[in-house]
Amino acid sequence: MDFSSFNPMVLAAALMVAATPILLAAIGELVVERSGVLNLGVEGMMITGAVVGFTAAVTTGNPYLGMLAAMAGGAALSLIFGVLTQLLKANQVASGLALTLFGLGFSALLGQGYAGVVPPRTAKLDLGLLSDIPVLGPILFRHDPMVYVSVAIVVAVWFWLTYTRSGRILRAVGENHDAAHALGYRVLRVRILAIMFGGACAGMGGAYLSLIRVPQWTEGMTAGIGWIALALVVFASWRPVRAMLGAYLFGGILVLQLNLQAAGIRIPAEYLAMSPYLITILVLVIMSSGRARKSLAAPGSLGKPFHAAG
Amino acid sequence: MLRLDKRPQPSKRWNWATPFLAVLLTMIAGGFLFMALGKDPFIAIKLIFWDPLFNPQVADYSRPQLLVKAGPLILIAVGLSVGFRAGIWNIGAEGQYIIGALCGAAVALAFWPAEGWYIFPLMVLAGAFGGWAWAMIPAILKTRFNTNEILVSLLLVYVAEKILAAMSVGLMRNPDGAGFPGSRNIAQYPAAANNELIADTGMHWGVVAAFIAVIFTYIMLHRHILGFQVQLAGQAPRAAKFAGVAPARLVVLCLGFSGAMAGLAGMFEVSGPARLVSIDFNAYYGFTAIIVAFLGRLHPVGIALAGLLMALTYIGGELAQFTLGLPSAAIQVFQGMLLFFLLAVDVLSNYRIRLKTHEAA
Amino acid sequence: MTEPLLSIEGLTKAYPGVIANSDVSFSIGKGEIHALLGENGAGKSTLVKAVYGLLRPDSGQMLWRGQPYAPAAPTQARQAGVAMVFQHFSLFDALDVAENVALGMDRPPPIRKLAARIREVSTAYGLPLDPSRLVGELSAGERQRVEIVRCLLQDPHLLIMDEPTSVLTPQEVDILFRTLRQLRSEGRSILYISHKLEEIRALCETATVLRHGEVVARCDPREQTARALAEMMVGTALHRPERPAHKPGRVLLEVRDLNLRSPYAFGTSLKDVSLTVQAGEILGIGGVAGNGQDELLAGLSGELRSRADAVRVKGDPAGDKGPTARRALGLLCAPEERLGHAAAPDMNLTENALLTGAWREKLVRRGFIDAGRARAFAERIIRRFDVRTPGPHVAARALSGGNLQKFVIGREILQRPEVLVVNQPTWGVDASAAAAIRQALMDLAQNGAAVVVISQDLDEILEVADTFAALNGGRLSAARPVKGLTMEAIGLMLGGAEGDSDAAA
Repeated sequence: MDFSSFNPMVLAAALMVAATPILLAAIGELVVERSGVLNLGVEGMMITGAVVGFTAAVTTGNPYLGMLAAMAGGAALSLIFGVLTQLLKANQVASGLALTLFGLGFSALLGQGYAGVVPPRTAKLDLGLLSDIPVLGPILFRHDPMVYVSVAIVVAVWFWLTYTRSGRILRAVGENHDAAHALGYRVLRVRILAIMFGGACAGMGGAYLSLIRVPQWTEGMTAGIGWIALALVVFASWRPVRAMLGAYLFGGILVLQLNLQAAGIRIPAEYLAMSPYLITILVLVIMSSGRARKSLAAPGSLGKPFHAAG
Repeated sequence: MLRLDKRPQPSKRWNWATPFLAVLLTMIAGGFLFMALGKDPFIAIKLIFWDPLFNPQVADYSRPQLLVKAGPLILIAVGLSVGFRAGIWNIGAEGQYIIGALCGAAVALAFWPAEGWYIFPLMVLAGAFGGWAWAMIPAILKTRFNTNEILVSLLLVYVAEKILAAMSVGLMRNPDGAGFPGSRNIAQYPAAANNELIADTGMHWGVVAAFIAVIFTYIMLHRHILGFQVQLAGQAPRAAKFAGVAPARLVVLCLGFSGAMAGLAGMFEVSGPARLVSIDFNAYYGFTAIIVAFLGRLHPVGIALAGLLMALTYIGGELAQFTLGLPSAAIQVFQGMLLFFLLAVDVLSNYRIRLKTHEAA
Repeated sequence: MTEPLLSIEGLTKAYPGVIANSDVSFSIGKGEIHALLGENGAGKSTLVKAVYGLLRPDSGQMLWRGQPYAPAAPTQARQAGVAMVFQHFSLFDALDVAENVALGMDRPPPIRKLAARIREVSTAYGLPLDPSRLVGELSAGERQRVEIVRCLLQDPHLLIMDEPTSVLTPQEVDILFRTLRQLRSEGRSILYISHKLEEIRALCETATVLRHGEVVARCDPREQTARALAEMMVGTALHRPERPAHKPGRVLLEVRDLNLRSPYAFGTSLKDVSLTVQAGEILGIGGVAGNGQDELLAGLSGELRSRADAVRVKGDPAGDKGPTARRALGLLCAPEERLGHAAAPDMNLTENALLTGAWREKLVRRGFIDAGRARAFAERIIRRFDVRTPGPHVAARALSGGNLQKFVIGREILQRPEVLVVNQPTWGVDASAAAAIRQALMDLAQNGAAVVVISQDLDEILEVADTFAALNGGRLSAARPVKGLTMEAIGLMLGGAEGDSDAAA
């Protein structure tokens, strides 16, 4: 066993990068669920974002255009979900699954011929003095800009949900759609917008994976991260800042596991690779067994269909 | 603008018609997809839906394949449909399918090269048990800790895939295989092989099991009080509790049944068509079966028909891949679209669509 | 009188299969409390939804201070000066009072300023509120205050109140009326929707009576008797169900110190609930919504289990048994929520008959359903309880509230219960169905069953019950004979103020 590759500082720095795709997808889904909709298609939207972002970045040579394209792609796919569940009243669980199954196929189709292609590089952000701080500098301040964008999104979502009128309306719609409708709020409009925001975030998360974290396109490269993001929303009790902490926790586990594999520890790689999924399950169990708290945290109308009578 | 009016009760006629409408819409949309890929849409659709059955050049090969592919899809989908009706979402059938296959294969490999009539039946039991046990994880976590069964069953698919990978290069690797990954060829081990029962029909024990499962499930759902309780729990959970249905029991029952069916399908696959345990023997039947279950409107007979249709798209897709160079992913997209359209046209059985004469809030 | 504040002229609104409002006209003057009176399903809700901009009428027009008024959304109605207090569905449990108020306003001030305003206004009108509390933790009466304060902060000219007293104790009703009269004295108008005749006679100076979507009468309710108003509302003379006083029999249902934690998010846990009901007795359990009614029903039906000896049926311990086993003992129940709890909305009536009748009526043999017997049972319920429906193949959700309720109650009664527990048996049900249901409950008791009627409608309880107990915050008062109970005493019991009733008895 080789512990030389085991530098805690490198590990901590890699953690933020590993966590960013999960965080982006989770914060998007969090907003969707706060509006009362359960979109299980995160995995499908992420992989779509990954491939759309990748092809767009390779074609234009600009990773940021790739990111934007990925957001558009994720949002477009999520719009199908929005139309199905909100306008056509389809079952949310089944529609979310459909999104994932479709996204996996669609991304494989679109990504043909892009395997092995190297995407344009995303420059690390130069934060000058901050980057030079010993220890904290490399851990916190020597990343690509998207890491900071994701943190900014979390903070913005938190502020928006807590302090703004439109954020309050979104929470109201998610808490009790009948009441929101009676007060004159457009339940379906709010929800479709939320769903598209979730799609854009998931798409961005996927593109981060294919453009920055890996960076490469391979079929099925999201490998369940979308599902982990869904679990993370439960873990976070639907609160943005907790979602961020949770994402970094998962990021840490991912990085640790990869490093253990690299260090040649005497557990077969396949078993180490299981650990993120097993730990996610464990976390879900712990979070959901505190029953009283859960019932307070979950949005009241989560997953229920809304049809305005009259 | 259109307006939806909820029907006083679901329309029986639309209930029947929607799957056909969805298939038709998928063909049209699929045609556009194939056109976008530079293929002639009419030829492609004919290749997928007509040639495997009626083109004399390929039908000899492809007709038997229909049952080979439909068998596991139907078996898994029938199992899933019971839970889906009850609002219990096992979407990890793929994982249960893998574990069932591994358990079945383990029995075969343990007895190799012994002969004995009891080996295959033991494998059947092991396969069903493996799938059942894997499904019991989300079931017990759900009943004990109220953990979401959707996420747990799905996450366990990834775990099962890793176990499969570990097994095919580790414990189950063929010792005489020159170090290549993959187990011994079970299909060539007579006591354990799940071979064709009637030559050139594709009929193997898995297809027989699927057939039995369809009949069993039909009786259970439509004649037995358990089927009534399943539907009640899915449609009105509170009314089900009031009627005396214990939710925890139902969760264990539905997840267990679907897990056992998926495990059986995996075992029949690995000892027959797939021949051996290899890292990618699974072919995503566990996920495609979700589409089959919905296409069959969660009705056992409907699922049998839907399974055949979905098998056709697999075989036709391969055919289109060879002759037209249609990418295999295009068929996956095609299947995904089918589910979208199914969910979309379902609105017709529960709502009346009217032209909106004036704005209503 | 000068120009009316709001006049409605020839308003018509049809839904597929029903005409909710047909050529409705009336007007409300400034500073007037105007009653809109009618049975459930008479078209009151449709009418006020049109006034509040939640739906658009098919024809007819409204004038606001003489100008055409056709709000396309509640926002426009609020801008004109119309505010509405809903009967249900307009508060958000997980949000605090201030946030809830803000959501009902079009341009709310910043939350901190708003909180101060809420304190100020709520105190000024005698309805004090703490703006930082979560709405889910408030009592039904306090929740209504939130709605009223939300309206008042917008300085409305017309306040619409939809069945406001159904969730209040008699004492709380007095407070509310004081507030409403204060509003009238400030020159505001109130459209007061109710089917409670005494309230309307006490509060309103004009009344418009709706029946089957049409205006059938206009009057000054202060000059009418309650009976006359009732006949205007229903169209026929009502007969009051009657039966001889009950003679004490053996105890069939006994509950001792039942404690249950509520499984619902903002539910009320039961604390040391005890009661006994004898053969032939009807026990009425009153209480404002959300004081443990659902939990009590679940604790009796077996949906929630407890200690074995907390619930006894004919002396047999049943507290640890589930619904099926309790039915076998003769304890049957009918919950409040018809669609989704007592019945499955999308299932047909045969299947809904099977829902509770499977074993007692032997509709299932060795696990297999006897479809013929199940249909016959459903048909028997339909016939015996006059359920208006084409037949047992119809989905439950296609029935009107009254017909479905007759089906649900009939389903239990035809199974010959020894103990029957019903929650809100006539909630949202038209008067003739309500009378039929009450009569059926009394007949059942007359034939020797023990009946528990949980209801928020005190008039109903006084009409059918022999004994009365009040549920407050999950605690049940000791039962007292209905004969000789005054409204004031009941109000005190509902408010949880009694406690020495044992000494009084």
